[in-house]
Amino acid sequence: MFKKFQPSSDIAGHTPVKTSVQRSIRSALLSQWKIEPETLEAIWPKKEGLVHVKCREHVSIYTVNGEPIAFQHFDGPFYPTLRVIHKYPYILPMVKVDRGAIRFLLGGAHMMCPGFTSKGGHLPPPEEALPAGSPVTIHAEGKEHAVGIGITKLATEDIRKINKGVGVEVVTYLGDDLWALQSL
Amino acid sequence: MGRKNNASSSDAPPPPAPEPVQPEGEAPQPRPPVQVLYCGVCTYPVEYCEFGSSLTKCKEWLKEEHPEQFDKYYSEEALQAKIGTLSLEAQTKLEKDTAKAEAKADAKADAALKKKMSSQITIRRIERNKRKHITAVHGLEAFGIDLKKAAKQFASKFATGASVTKNAQGLDEVVVQGDVSDEIVDMIEQEAGVLKGIPVDNVEIVEEKKKKAGE
Repeated sequence: MFKKFQPSSDIAGHTPVKTSVQRSIRSALLSQWKIEPETLEAIWPKKEGLVHVKCREHVSIYTVNGEPIAFQHFDGPFYPTLRVIHKYPYILPMVKVDRGAIRFLLGGAHMMCPGFTSKGGHLPPPEEALPAGSPVTIHAEGKEHAVGIGITKLATEDIRKINKGVGVEVVTYLGDDLWALQSL
Repeated sequence: MGRKNNASSSDAPPPPAPEPVQPEGEAPQPRPPVQVLYCGVCTYPVEYCEFGSSLTKCKEWLKEEHPEQFDKYYSEEALQAKIGTLSLEAQTKLEKDTAKAEAKADAKADAALKKKMSSQITIRRIERNKRKHITAVHGLEAFGIDLKKAAKQFASKFATGASVTKNAQGLDEVVVQGDVSDEIVDMIEQEAGVLKGIPVDNVEIVEEKKKKAGE
């Protein structure tokens, strides 16, 4: 989504968000992310207004004090930015790819099923299986921090079963243009 | 403005925010964020430097800034452990690729620098009527200068109007009211304000006469 993103040409405008809308965003974040209200408060203090940065192709980025904290495509789920995920890694469920896939992930490729099912990979256990279309953080074999954020294309059980083709679509990854954008 | 700054800097730091929670006794505390060390060269978390295009530089940076972290990631055992998870061929291939990517990135940076150094700045003096001129400065953005800021600086320095406009070719340039071409050259020479890193040899002054209308 952010492989090519130029702030000068891809941003349509900044608008402060109405407080009523902010309230609904806050409750949406609390229900979608596994985060306590207090921790969200630390990321996004109540006093600080949210700024909506409208970008091309229905992408909206939300910033606090000029720092992007979340983004959304159309009216889909909210994704935290990678820097937020690094600070609070537990807010999204985690999947892990093997070492061989890191190279491709950093080039912006979608993650294929075998990367998760091989020895270095990791998927949530069956009792915590995720349906298709849920946001996940992508970790890598032997690494501590997340490399990317994606959305599952297949349910995690299907990834195990089918083991072919795209399993997780990458939304943002280390080194893309959103990563390069430290403040807006 | 100074006052506003003071006020905001005194209560701006976010850390005070969690404190009001404390006096309430059992109110839950926010979970502290994980501290991640980002590489000063490639901006990745240091463990991902090996996949970037500037590994050698990243290594040097880490060794200098955080020697203890360096041992964690690049000591003999760490490297051994890493190789253990990969086949030998894959490892050599990876190394080769990294070296290649590094060379490529270097070449790219070089080319960009060369291009930057060879790009020209044109200062045009345009006649508006017989004794009035405007000055258009073109090409500042190639040196990474924010045109808006430059315009602001010119405006306050010369006490005239200055703005960023698109010229006939559709390129952005700074337009200053009045004939200030020599002063602008001086400013570039002295690297005043935002006008930094421009070799004076690349600056060119052009004079443009207005065509006589209706003749």
